[in-house]
Amino acid sequence: MTLQIARPVVLLLCASLLGGVSVSSAQSQQSDDRVGLAAGFRDAGVAARNIELVRTLAKPDGFFDPEAPAGRPRRPPVPDPPADAAADAEAQPAAPQPPAPGSGLSYTNTDFAFQGDHLFLGNYHGFNVYSIEDPTRAELAASIVCPGGQGDVSVYGNLLFMSVQDTRARLDCGVQGVAEPVSPERFRGVRIFDISDLRAPQQVAAVQTCRGSHTHTLIVDPDDDANVFLYNSGTSSVRPGQELAGCVGAPDPDAEESAEEDPDAPVDPNTSLFSIDVIQVPLAEPERSRIVSSPRVFANLETGDISGLWPGGDHGQGTQSSRETRQCHDITAYPEMGLAAGACSGNGILLDISDPVNPVRIDHVVDDAFAFWHSATFNNDGTKIVFTDEWGGGSRPRCRASDPKTWGANAIFDIVDGKMRFKGYYKLPAPQTEQENCVAHNGSLIPVPGRDIMVQGWYQGGLSIYDFSDSAHAVEIAYFDRGPVDANDLISGGYWSAYWYNGHVYGAEIARGLDVFRLLPSEHLSQNEIDAAALATANEVNVQHQQQVSWPDVPVVARAYMDQLERGHGIGMDRLTAVGDALDRVESGVGESTAMKADLDQLAADLQADSEEAFALNQSRLVLLAGTLSGIAAELR
Amino acid sequence: MYDPVVRIPSRSMVPVALLLAAGTLSCATTGASAPTAPSTQSDGPPIIQPGAPGQPSRQITRAEATDLSAIEHTAADVRFMQGMIGHHAQALAMAEPASDRGGSDGVKLLAQRIDLSQQDEIRMMQEWLAARGEDVPSVDHSHSGMLMPGMLTPEQMAELLAARGADFDTLFLRFMIQHHNGALTMVNDLLAQPAAGQETTIAAFIADVVADQRAEMDRMAAMLRDMPEEER
Repeated sequence: MTLQIARPVVLLLCASLLGGVSVSSAQSQQSDDRVGLAAGFRDAGVAARNIELVRTLAKPDGFFDPEAPAGRPRRPPVPDPPADAAADAEAQPAAPQPPAPGSGLSYTNTDFAFQGDHLFLGNYHGFNVYSIEDPTRAELAASIVCPGGQGDVSVYGNLLFMSVQDTRARLDCGVQGVAEPVSPERFRGVRIFDISDLRAPQQVAAVQTCRGSHTHTLIVDPDDDANVFLYNSGTSSVRPGQELAGCVGAPDPDAEESAEEDPDAPVDPNTSLFSIDVIQVPLAEPERSRIVSSPRVFANLETGDISGLWPGGDHGQGTQSSRETRQCHDITAYPEMGLAAGACSGNGILLDISDPVNPVRIDHVVDDAFAFWHSATFNNDGTKIVFTDEWGGGSRPRCRASDPKTWGANAIFDIVDGKMRFKGYYKLPAPQTEQENCVAHNGSLIPVPGRDIMVQGWYQGGLSIYDFSDSAHAVEIAYFDRGPVDANDLISGGYWSAYWYNGHVYGAEIARGLDVFRLLPSEHLSQNEIDAAALATANEVNVQHQQQVSWPDVPVVARAYMDQLERGHGIGMDRLTAVGDALDRVESGVGESTAMKADLDQLAADLQADSEEAFALNQSRLVLLAGTLSGIAAELR
Repeated sequence: MYDPVVRIPSRSMVPVALLLAAGTLSCATTGASAPTAPSTQSDGPPIIQPGAPGQPSRQITRAEATDLSAIEHTAADVRFMQGMIGHHAQALAMAEPASDRGGSDGVKLLAQRIDLSQQDEIRMMQEWLAARGEDVPSVDHSHSGMLMPGMLTPEQMAELLAARGADFDTLFLRFMIQHHNGALTMVNDLLAQPAAGQETTIAAFIADVVADQRAEMDRMAAMLRDMPEEER
């Protein structure tokens, strides 16, 4: 226990010795209640600010090792029998089998998607469906076992797509693995399920790919009603050509001695590296889904060299070493903008996807603090991209006080004339322990009108909600964090993803299950803003397939803008009171509508005039408020 | 999560043991189009296992769902991890002298980075073996165990240690490429064995080793190319 109390102090000392944290920020960290949380699988200490946990569901039966629910590998009680023990085994048939050690990552909860009243939570072992009609009483609705990792899921209509990469994965969803190095039973790629009957989904197609599927991105082409597309990002080993025709780049499993690789050799033009896969899914016949292109999106546009982007390595003394760009880890599409942002190992790239089958790279960036470009999120206007850096791969503690504040962080870029311009970093501000895997991971926008706000999972760093309306100065406004799964050892856990959906925040906890939250009003976020965000609903949410959000012209949206203007000292008190009174009259329904209409229109004109004198965020919010007032006026009869 | 190199030391067993529903779990295999209410589970929906594309789904028990005995680590996996610790240990021994014998800052920095990443991986492998009750080799530079693929012979090691400046850099890059290439051979050999490399942690580790070593090999090849002709 003393150790637990002492640890934060030690970390802070280390930090100040290393010069990584200034004294003032070290002091503010000391007061952060996320520091020093007690460890525990089910009874960890909790710190929460401006957000409330309203429901938590442990992982269901079939999705954890009954003998090691937290996922810790079990130590076998007896050593493995020697190889020549077959004969002995026959003589002692009664000897009980020792329990097999450990589930490792086998039951890891991963990414999730939403449709209607359901949440689809991926897992290395399959996926679970939760009913969230009343989020505070979320319940398990279906459990589907189909192992293969990582289990990234998307939904569209009656179809669910799932990423599979492990060599153990089977076409028939079996749990027994595939023993042979080359086998027709192995499946690595994207599975497609028919989920018309939610309690008993059927596998309708399985699109095999050369590197499996680490993640995939749904693309709904506004000009194509008959098909949807998937951008597949495979990051693991290339499978042998004997197993899947056309795969190039795998070592030859039949070779007596593996041929020495010649690192000087030019890149094989047919290599399965250096591309993404575009899968076409015909909606009428999903069983005919197939790869329709594998664009070389990293090519040097002048020389045609397919390995044209970051070659791997550091960016100079004291900088991070970035992975070579030979695949994307994740791609986020914004079809309404005709854009996709790729987080691709050593680069962030921007793609024009007006023709989804033939994406065209229009920009690429590097960052000397990034180890591994991991995921991307556009803001609602499509004028910014938040990229994450998964330094350490998600299984290592990278949020210690001694870790640089710009490593394993988000990098925020503005998009200016189709080019990405770096503006600033954001990293979880509270230091975490050695026992907590922690780095930037998956998140989504919280649709508060007038602001850019994101909720994001940081594995065992918990979830953090931050405002990046000013791209260069992102600030945290809410958080939730638990202590480590274990006091002594790093057991993989925490939020893989934390997403907003129709009024609530959901967290996919790797080891512990599913959490549901509601936002609480604070000086950083008003109840009007929370209520306005809840008005921006969608029937289907796949976070890597962004859909533009718009808000109705109603008083609460206007009040959200007013709160922002007041907070930013961007509106005079008289004007604020006048607008508030006008909205009160609209809401009370008392009064003559022609007069109310005229009032609102006049106020809108005044606010427009005010905006010409204002700057930056206040200026745009004045314009937005004016627009909302005009909209409300137009609705009045 | 990209390359989950999971630290999994196991100094104590998890004290929690979820109480399992008593009684045997029957193997219900009814068609999934109309799954019957599960009598085997106290609450919650049944566990469904889809079939191959076009095949029907079926209901399975919790015991069937969590029977991962067939994808546990194999003896070949254990030998791989044990051998790779020795292999990585030699990389540390090669990197160590770079600080005072290397010629260029680039090579010194590279050696530092290799040292850090290989130490991290050695820790992970040791913890993986310990958690499974297997013998854990120590990192002993002087220990001359079996030479794994790509490892330097004692003669090559002596040659490296005798070199200075640009000569050291050239040898270091050449030998480290040979050494890293050996790691890829080890992975390749492992995956050619039945049921090997399927346990989730080792599967992720292998992917990581392949990605890292190949990237470093490419980088070292580029550094060799950039060296003056007479020093290559």
